[in-house]
Amino acid sequence: MEYQQEIDHEVGKLLTRRNFFKDYGFGLGSIALASLLNRELFAASPPSQQPQGIAANPLAPKKPHFAPKAKRVIYLMQAGAPSQLDLFDHKPTLVKYNGQPCPPELLKGQTLAFIKPDAGLYASEFKFAKHGQSGAELSEAFVHLPKVADDILIVKSLVTDAINHAPAQLFMNTGSVVFGRPSFGAWVTYGLGCESEDLPAFVVLSSASGTSAGPANWGSGFLPTLYQGVAFRRTGEPILSLSNPRGITRELQRKRLDLLKELNGHHMKITGDPEIASRINSFEMAYRMQESAPELMDLSKESPQTLKMYGVTPGKNSFANNCLLARRLIERGVRFVQVCHEAWDHHSQVVAGVKKECKNTDQATTALIQDLKQRGLLEDTIVIWGGEFGRTPMVQSDPNGGDKMGRDHHNKAFAMFFAGGGFKPGTTIGETDELGFNVVTDPVHVHDLQATLLHLLGLDHTKLTYRFQGRDFRLTDVHGELANKLLV
Amino acid sequence: MFKIKLPLCFIWMCIPLLAFSTTYFSRWNNRLPTSVNSTAVEENSPAQASQGASKEIVTKAVDFSKDIQPIFKASCYQCHAGEKAKAQLRLDSKADALRGGVSGKAIIPGNIKDSLLVSRILGQGDSTSMPPGKPLSAQEIALIKAWIHEGATWPDEVAAATGEKIDFAKDVQPILKDSCYQCHAGEMPKAQLRLDAKATALKGGISGPVIVPGNSKDSRLIHRVLGLGGEQRMPLKGTPLNEQQTATLRAWIDQGAPWPESASVQDAKIEKHWAFSAPTRPRTPDVKSNAWVRNPVDKFILAKIEKANLTPSPEASKETLIRRASLDLTGLPPTLEEIDRFLGDSHPDAYEKLVDSLLASPHYGERWGRWWLDAARYADTNGFEKDRPRSIWPYRDWVIKAFNDDKRFDQFTVDQLAGDLLPNPTLEQRVATGFLRNSMFNEEGAVEPEKFRVEALVDRIDTLGKTFLGLTVNCAQCHTHKFDPIKHKEYYQLYAFLNNDEEPSIDVPDEKMIAKRNEIRAAVEKIEAELTAQTPDLPRRLAEWEEKSKKDVGNWTVLEGVNAFGTVGLRFENLPDHSLIARADNNAKYTYTAKAKTKLKDITGVRLELLTDESLPRNGPGRAPGGGLFLSEFSVSAAPEGRTEAAEKVAISGATADFSRPEHPIKDAADGDSLTYWDIEAGEGTRNQDRKAVFVFKQPVGFDAGTNLTFLLSQKQDNNTNIGRFRLSVTTDSNPQVDPVPATVRQILTIPAAQRTRNQQREIFSYYRTTVPEWAAANQRIKDLLNDWPYGPTTLALTTRKWPRETHIFKRGDWLAPGDAVTPDTPAFLHPFPQGAPRSRLGLARWIVDGENPLTARVIVNRVWQQYFGAGLVATPEDFGTRSDRPSHPELLDWLALEFRDKGWSFKHLHKLIVTSATYRQSSKVTPQSLEADPTNRWLARAPRPRVDAEVIRDIALSASGLLSRKIGGPSVFPPLPPGVLDLGFAAAQFATWETSTGEDRYRRGLYTFWKRTTPYPSLLVFDAPNADVSCTRRIQSTTPLQALTTLNDQTFVEAAQSLALRVWREGGGDERAKMIYAFRLCTGRAPDSFELEKLLTLLRDQETYFKGRTAAAVYVSAPDRDKLPEDVDMHKLAPWTIVASVLLNLDETITKE
Repeated sequence: MEYQQEIDHEVGKLLTRRNFFKDYGFGLGSIALASLLNRELFAASPPSQQPQGIAANPLAPKKPHFAPKAKRVIYLMQAGAPSQLDLFDHKPTLVKYNGQPCPPELLKGQTLAFIKPDAGLYASEFKFAKHGQSGAELSEAFVHLPKVADDILIVKSLVTDAINHAPAQLFMNTGSVVFGRPSFGAWVTYGLGCESEDLPAFVVLSSASGTSAGPANWGSGFLPTLYQGVAFRRTGEPILSLSNPRGITRELQRKRLDLLKELNGHHMKITGDPEIASRINSFEMAYRMQESAPELMDLSKESPQTLKMYGVTPGKNSFANNCLLARRLIERGVRFVQVCHEAWDHHSQVVAGVKKECKNTDQATTALIQDLKQRGLLEDTIVIWGGEFGRTPMVQSDPNGGDKMGRDHHNKAFAMFFAGGGFKPGTTIGETDELGFNVVTDPVHVHDLQATLLHLLGLDHTKLTYRFQGRDFRLTDVHGELANKLLV
Repeated sequence: MFKIKLPLCFIWMCIPLLAFSTTYFSRWNNRLPTSVNSTAVEENSPAQASQGASKEIVTKAVDFSKDIQPIFKASCYQCHAGEKAKAQLRLDSKADALRGGVSGKAIIPGNIKDSLLVSRILGQGDSTSMPPGKPLSAQEIALIKAWIHEGATWPDEVAAATGEKIDFAKDVQPILKDSCYQCHAGEMPKAQLRLDAKATALKGGISGPVIVPGNSKDSRLIHRVLGLGGEQRMPLKGTPLNEQQTATLRAWIDQGAPWPESASVQDAKIEKHWAFSAPTRPRTPDVKSNAWVRNPVDKFILAKIEKANLTPSPEASKETLIRRASLDLTGLPPTLEEIDRFLGDSHPDAYEKLVDSLLASPHYGERWGRWWLDAARYADTNGFEKDRPRSIWPYRDWVIKAFNDDKRFDQFTVDQLAGDLLPNPTLEQRVATGFLRNSMFNEEGAVEPEKFRVEALVDRIDTLGKTFLGLTVNCAQCHTHKFDPIKHKEYYQLYAFLNNDEEPSIDVPDEKMIAKRNEIRAAVEKIEAELTAQTPDLPRRLAEWEEKSKKDVGNWTVLEGVNAFGTVGLRFENLPDHSLIARADNNAKYTYTAKAKTKLKDITGVRLELLTDESLPRNGPGRAPGGGLFLSEFSVSAAPEGRTEAAEKVAISGATADFSRPEHPIKDAADGDSLTYWDIEAGEGTRNQDRKAVFVFKQPVGFDAGTNLTFLLSQKQDNNTNIGRFRLSVTTDSNPQVDPVPATVRQILTIPAAQRTRNQQREIFSYYRTTVPEWAAANQRIKDLLNDWPYGPTTLALTTRKWPRETHIFKRGDWLAPGDAVTPDTPAFLHPFPQGAPRSRLGLARWIVDGENPLTARVIVNRVWQQYFGAGLVATPEDFGTRSDRPSHPELLDWLALEFRDKGWSFKHLHKLIVTSATYRQSSKVTPQSLEADPTNRWLARAPRPRVDAEVIRDIALSASGLLSRKIGGPSVFPPLPPGVLDLGFAAAQFATWETSTGEDRYRRGLYTFWKRTTPYPSLLVFDAPNADVSCTRRIQSTTPLQALTTLNDQTFVEAAQSLALRVWREGGGDERAKMIYAFRLCTGRAPDSFELEKLLTLLRDQETYFKGRTAAAVYVSAPDRDKLPEDVDMHKLAPWTIVASVLLNLDETITKE
């Protein structure tokens, strides 16, 4: 085909409204000059001859390195760091030594954030019981979670590098304690692309306080910005500027866009710049999003049973609503949903705090797992529940600072749980010492966890790389071992 | 082991060869079989084919490299090899050959009939036989057929080697560099094999030699890269070599492995990387189309264009040129008047004059200042967690001004890195040091301040590396750099330059404030002069006073080794003068606990000194924003050494202070009531001084075994009003009293009277007058004058620390694992440190702008080039190291670098060169030829057509609509922010506020928008503005639906559309057509063509029909404020125009640099 004809043809295709979503997905960028014409012109050339930067839609679904167990992720980020000792890691010995100082040999070289080394040990005030056929041991603070005890994998032996919230959250999410690296969700989006035609590949929902490390927890770092998480707002329209200004109806919007398309298409003919097609596409995509996003957010469409199961009040910003939204998002092809809930920083009154946050999260988390299971989605969806580090077996109490019976930051041992996507259900992995201070069996470092999560998604963490500043960067930096014990 | 293995692996490799006898070889080479039954193999029956072929050839299987490749080489490669192979058929690489060309598969293994190669060499069908005019011999044809029939065996390792002479430096070394040097280079190579130097490479490693010159078959290097003999394939990490690369290595070895001495640096270093040698002024290349050339830049560009068989594009239209140059140089679109003036100016130098006026525009500094602020990672908040605001905008304004003044880049650099260290630095030079201070700062509770101080320094080195050197210096933080010659130790030697600073927030009064201060000072001096004049016996009275006040000094023992901690998370740094300074979080009402030991007995009192410090707000001594503090209670307990349980509270019988605010006297800090407190606020112009208090013990304290003292300093009044720096001393004086004389005055008094300067004398007098009761009225007048003392805004800056720190290597980059001490130095592989330069930031800055520096000038001109053409001459502006992209135009890069450096480091000169070049002035129209031949526009045979930067998108909308404020500088502003954005930051309700600016500040240029790092301004972020967490030297351009939503629906853009509609209505002329052209020009800078005009008018009319009678909708659509409707226009008419305006503002062209 002659070049000019080809342009005309493409413009013609663009002008027929529905034609090109299937071909070109969510976001197109000049970073990849992901344009119609280029794609066609260069599809025939061998890769070595394709000029750098020209590729198909950078968000088109991509093949993983090997057959994946999971296709998508729901990450329930319990920021602030929940107390593993009051939720998962039952330590009867602590009762015996309650109030006594921690053995100094344990504290050697340990950095503590707030408390002093002479702080007394603090046994959990919660009772623990075994649940399900697997006999998973859980604190009574969880009222609902026991129902899915056989569906979850509890890991009690996580270890991290950082002891302050922002760096530790960065570490969990980006594999580095400093700013500037891509987040887990961004890596996954970069590696696997997007399957949704009218929603972003990577969506962030948030309840409670904003997270300490902020948007860097879902940022794209040095990856192109289109891989970063799109944070839905808690109130009003989920996506910024989604609604038309007052007075602009959907029909009016269509008219604006139709003319825009015609004028941009006309200009594309004149300039010959295929990149204009990306621009046209972005407007059409926006138009579709305006329809799909409110539909997505409308929880009233769910059955009363479902709403009840999650504990959802439509229209309210809550963890429960976000869990249900997460399910609706992945049903619509969204690859990665990060549900942030920063509320677990219980320096004081850990008992009351844990109770409160369990009340906020327990039911919905359980419902999400059950719901995914009954819809056949759990099999290939990873659900992650956990914070950025753990809390000390020692008490934090300081009458001057107003802290009473709390727990300080602890990076040597903490717990998370996982469901679906190839994680071994009904299993508990890892043990800590009698005081819950150090991991004694099956330690899982954050980098190992990251390697394992990528593995389940069919990605080799050593091969999912991006060249930046002359170096091939990866989520796990130069570390990370596959934690095979966690897998089916 | 090696020797045994060798034949084995070659047996594997050469299986086809083993089928032949040696006699076959000789026969084959000397005497081809004469009677080949070609018809036999032409049949496609396998049985027949093998039968027929067996007679003559196929008994000896065909070997590709010996039999076929020579034929290809002799007869085919002239057209069918390399990147530009005819009919896209390449026969010089296996993959390409088997893929085939435009007509289809040339070689189908096992299928002679359908293999186009065969039909083409036979000349079947209409086409001439290949190769044209020189048909292959019957033998050759038979061989090819037989080869295809047998399955077209083409061993992977035999590939493109075309038998040409291999050039080590050009062909081989790049392969070794890319694939081997990561492990097999440098001083500690894996397996003791160094491939980066001739001698060591030929010597081999642990397992002996790996290169046997002339014999690739026996060279272990080849075995390993092919993964033969059951050993892991090299490189272990990374992509295996492709067939072409292995073939090149083999051919090189077979040719005797020539390795010129020039490719091997003396001490076995890697051949010097181009960017590490100083640029030399290249000869401008010869070009054919000299007429096109406007300046030397064009010659370099044209030479490449001609080499690529392209032709430059014609010059862009004048409308395009003025908009392009305005956007590039000022970040603003031209006004219609400017466009008309330019279009009407037919002088040949019209464009040059335009460029000059744009460079002279104050908006030039804003545009290019913003460019610099990307690298400087400028932001208005701290970054971590609470992400509190901080004031550093005076630095931003300094940058803008520096560009407008065309400050020499060397001076620009020195000021930013070390302005404070210059002799008699100006305030501006001190403000410039904010460059390094843009690092983030963690105020999270319980952080270890030192840890984050270290991280800030790491960030600063990263910034230096990216911004000035184009080096990934930060790779050497944990270990010696893997690719570039930067040693681990050298990283910390750089670090040492930056490790000795205090981080103050300095006061930056503007000119009016300075004038006011001078006025106040003069008035005070006048009153003081009057007092002096009317007191003839002043010298005597002063001397008496001085003598008398000596007794107030007291005999104090400073407590050493005080261990202090705060309530939560706070950390203290013990300074060498035994004072302690509070660091990290300040957002609480703190109680400080300080513990000390003393051998003194009969202690009668304790002195608390509150000390100023540069790192405190306005110098302190408190941590309140103005430097103040409150002390609610001060208490002491004492215990005998070794018996902490016996601690008893020490009763305090009285307290004195050198200054108290009358309502909050010192005694309130010792009354047991934490609701009352001591306040040192002395009023405008006189705060921020050292203060002290003395607390007297009711009974002397002290034990024979030594005494442990515990002091509690509690502050219960307000967050952020805690003590900054303090020091504790004790005394055994019988009646301890505070010395009323301020420390600074006391210091002067130690100087013999005759040696005191005038200023010192005045300072003594200024204090003395306050002690004279009869001068109360004059003192009050002075106090009243000082009440008007203006405080300037502050900015983050650097100063040298009083007490130097020792810098150590951090093992594995871990600040808790210090290794050997190091002193400041620059990496040895670069140019030497300037002679006589101080080993300070100043010396470092001079080294960076040293004429010998091979990097800085190149790095800067490359980034400027990138801003104009979308990509740099080096595509990786942050990395010029050995892993960087090779420059597209190396000579031009060097030429520009030297032009920049040697013509006074002038940015404006550089800009003018580029903008007036023919290269820049080309049309951006994409032609089929240029797109096909150069899809990424590397050779610049056309102008790029990029979207404009985030800030410029905003500025264009505001400018077209007439809303834009052109005010330059000042504090950052808060344009409307959609609700819910701040929620994403940490505890937004508590820590994030956004008071939307009113008046013109609502419509300031994008670069003045308050940049909150954790929740950056969404309409800028969405268009790829860098988030400022780290230095950014290359913005990425994306196109997403979120951008479309922003320009369609974001409040600012909605207001812009409304305002544009009203402007068009009022100013656009009489009829619709004129109005439409006016509107179109305001957005794109050109008039619409008839298609565009008709389409727009159709929409307008359609909308007029729609809004007729829809008053509410019309008002909503077109009025920003329903209470202030414009009186001169019918809203039903305005609404359609608003719709049109929003379409125009959303045009691709509007936000594109054509």
